[in-house]
Amino acid sequence: MNCSRATTMFHSLILATSLIVPASLAAQQPPPKAYALVHAKIFTLAGAPIENGTLIIRDGKIAAVGGQVEVPQDAQVINGEGLQIYPGMFDPITQMGLREIGAVGSTVDSTETGNYNPDVVALTAISPSSEHIPVTRVAGITEVLAVPASGGMDSFGPTGVIGGQASAIYLAGWTVDDMQLKRSVAMVVNWPEIQTKTFDFTTFSRKEKPYTEAKQEYDKQVTELTDWIVRARHYAQAIGHGAPADFARDLKLEALVPVVRGQLPLLVFADRSREIRNAIEFCDKQNLKMILAGGSEAYKLKDLLRSRSIPVILRPMLTLPLYEDDPYDRLLSQPTELSAAGVKFAFGSFDNSFARRLGQNAANAAAYGLPYEEALKAVTLYPAQIFGLADQVGTLETGKVANVIVTNGDPLEITSEVRYLFIRGQLTSLDNRHKRLFEKYSARPKP
Amino acid sequence: MKAASARYAGLIVFAAVVTLNIFVVSRAFAADPPDAAAPPILLIQNATILTVSHGTIEHGSVLIRDGRIAEVDQSIAKPQGAEVIDANGQFVMPGIIDCHSHIAVDGSVNEGSVPVSSMVNIADVLNPDDIDIYRDLAGGVTVANVLHGSANSIGGQTVVIKLRWGAPASRLPFEGAVPGIKFALGENPKRSNFSIRGQEKRYPATRMGVEETIRSAFTEARDYKIKWDDYNKRTSAGEKNLIPPRRDLRLDPLVEVLEGKRYVHSHCYREDEILMLLRVAKEFGFKVRTFQHVLEGYKVADEIAASGAGASTFSDWWAYKVEAYDAIPYNAAIMTRRGVVVSINSDDAEEATHLNQEAAKSIRYGGLSHDEALKMVTINPAMQLGIDKRVGSIDVGKDADLVIYNHDPLSAYAVVQKTLIDGRVYFDRARDIAERADREKEKKALIEKEKKAAEKKAEEKKQNEKKPDDKPKPPQPEQRNAADKAHGVGSAPATARGAL
Repeated sequence: MNCSRATTMFHSLILATSLIVPASLAAQQPPPKAYALVHAKIFTLAGAPIENGTLIIRDGKIAAVGGQVEVPQDAQVINGEGLQIYPGMFDPITQMGLREIGAVGSTVDSTETGNYNPDVVALTAISPSSEHIPVTRVAGITEVLAVPASGGMDSFGPTGVIGGQASAIYLAGWTVDDMQLKRSVAMVVNWPEIQTKTFDFTTFSRKEKPYTEAKQEYDKQVTELTDWIVRARHYAQAIGHGAPADFARDLKLEALVPVVRGQLPLLVFADRSREIRNAIEFCDKQNLKMILAGGSEAYKLKDLLRSRSIPVILRPMLTLPLYEDDPYDRLLSQPTELSAAGVKFAFGSFDNSFARRLGQNAANAAAYGLPYEEALKAVTLYPAQIFGLADQVGTLETGKVANVIVTNGDPLEITSEVRYLFIRGQLTSLDNRHKRLFEKYSARPKP
Repeated sequence: MKAASARYAGLIVFAAVVTLNIFVVSRAFAADPPDAAAPPILLIQNATILTVSHGTIEHGSVLIRDGRIAEVDQSIAKPQGAEVIDANGQFVMPGIIDCHSHIAVDGSVNEGSVPVSSMVNIADVLNPDDIDIYRDLAGGVTVANVLHGSANSIGGQTVVIKLRWGAPASRLPFEGAVPGIKFALGENPKRSNFSIRGQEKRYPATRMGVEETIRSAFTEARDYKIKWDDYNKRTSAGEKNLIPPRRDLRLDPLVEVLEGKRYVHSHCYREDEILMLLRVAKEFGFKVRTFQHVLEGYKVADEIAASGAGASTFSDWWAYKVEAYDAIPYNAAIMTRRGVVVSINSDDAEEATHLNQEAAKSIRYGGLSHDEALKMVTINPAMQLGIDKRVGSIDVGKDADLVIYNHDPLSAYAVVQKTLIDGRVYFDRARDIAERADREKEKKALIEKEKKAAEKKAEEKKQNEKKPDDKPKPPQPEQRNAADKAHGVGSAPATARGAL
């Protein structure tokens, strides 16, 4: 270390005093120009871990990281002795900000009605003051994808075929504009399923229909989806050739133009091998970029997925197998198999209130054979790569956005705690609704 | 999502009616004879033993005789004829006890048509073939409190089972365990989040109505009990020719509650409804054995502790409905600190497969110790279910219900290697993996057989449909008979069907 112990201690003292300043006063003070995290073990995920390393944050970015880094004069120093530094985790499928209380419709904005909604964008409806955001943050998650029509816990009924556009957001910010990482990162497609058994929510009864009928419905939806893509391609060609003055804009087709031009991937939700295969064939034929979501039976198509370079966002490990006669650990052991086959994947919570279980899911996959580093990357670097955001987040490298967590241990382990958290270089509060209620009722006098 | 769907599963299908099985589950209250499939003497060696009751023993051994724990010590000499499990580097803990489960239930878990459904008993519909029994065993669960859903203010009768996978339904109930009854408060029994279009709302629809329903039912039960007490007293005094009161299957279990012979396990969320039930219980002189879910238990932890009720909660579920919006992962820790016996339950077949991990969350959220966290899925639920003399810790004389993990069970990296019930290995990860190839082969063979049978059937059908001339004409009686046979609708089973 270049900085002297005395300087570090001095800075630590400054930090210690600044931490006891009431929040209202602290908010009035300008934040420090830079932060220096020192004496910590740094897992950059872009190279070997750095023992006793230093990480400098300035202007929202990582200014320097390494074992021999000078601490700038104007930096607030945080002593990371005994602590570990990682890139913040990235949950690639959530309904963050789109749903507050599952059972209360007025707090839910995650799924539009109708089957084809390519022009709706998650970012439009994200509530920056959702209580889920600080709750999720404490688990070390610094950015997520808010994905419309992605189902999730407490979400019943149809989700539509083209669900809308997913947005990447930081889990901090006064406004949606502050939170925006990228407005549109993928177009959601819920691949149709051949469903013979359904549950009718209007009559609360189970319905069964013959296979031929279910197949017809399936074919109809795939034909419609194909039609949308074909029309969008024609629309894109028309735009490309310079539209005439009386050209009628079609917002839905316009939203699909980046898809048919290969600029926006489809995020295709499918779990069973039959549907996955059909979706892959469809995207092949239509020449569309595909990301698979769910993928409970991705292992059955691992060679196909690898050869087509289709990445997978895996449903939580904390899910029962699809079929009764599947091995009990079918989903838990799948990541090991996919990793060995060279299929790129990330873990997603597919949920809101369970988003904080993201690390637990990754750890469980490691427990069943996935190399630890792969598990860690599958909740940091890989989701960033899959959605084309790895130039900004996912690792600790100079120039990247400073989304950083400082922990007292392995961030995937249940008992580990996040001690400091930075989002876009800002030291971000670890307070939340749960902690406040904990403190309030811990202090309740005996009746 | 599985967890989600299961969370509501009970509520969703409340239109379905519980099938009253004609096979009545025998509930032998005598201790069970030793399991013939279990080795008479089993020695587990070289393990880190988490006894729960008396600390951790490094490199320790557990000796099992006739399904019971015979010795727990640093090192035990191998008795003659003992089978040995070398658990080098592994962890042994008591089997996990899930205080709120809906596994092993045949069909719907809710008899939702009436606000008081105390006449139905989940023990009547136990399904020993439910694959979730095996999946939960593979997650280290050995005992589960199987309950009805939460559609009724007073729900059905409950049963504690051991996860003896492969045994018939009659062997699942935990011998001697006090039976229970499910109560439910709040949004579910008042059907807030569920309505059927065109169908009138069922009473109760408010928390006021929920209280009234319980008080009414117990008022009836108290009167009913007086009649029976009077009848029994007079009969035993020698009076003849008395007409007994009319038996009421709905009130019988409530009388058992009043007599302390049946435990009340009450689903609840909000602080006010918790206090409401405690007031009603006091009025009628019964005890609430456990508050289930009890997500706002932390707000009234002192009151719960003073009542002597236990609390069985989730680790970190929240925000799926309004009454879960103040749910916090610190709930278990606050209640523990204030003297409540707390357990972490699953309510869901999937969640049950990692209750060890869920218990560990109370270390992170609330700062409980390793031992306190471990107790929440072992001895605490055992106490709540009144079976702590038999299970819940590794002590001499207790049932040999044990789980062996490859790491500390309070870690997300721990994987169950073996699960034992009554000294018998019911789940063995190595064996499960080794048998997969054979099971796959067997499955393929069955599918092949089925395919061939279907082909044969189709062929027969084709043969029968062959007509001597092109003109369609109605089949002759003997032809129709043959066709019917091929379709399996005749009185005698068709070949194809018989081949199954």
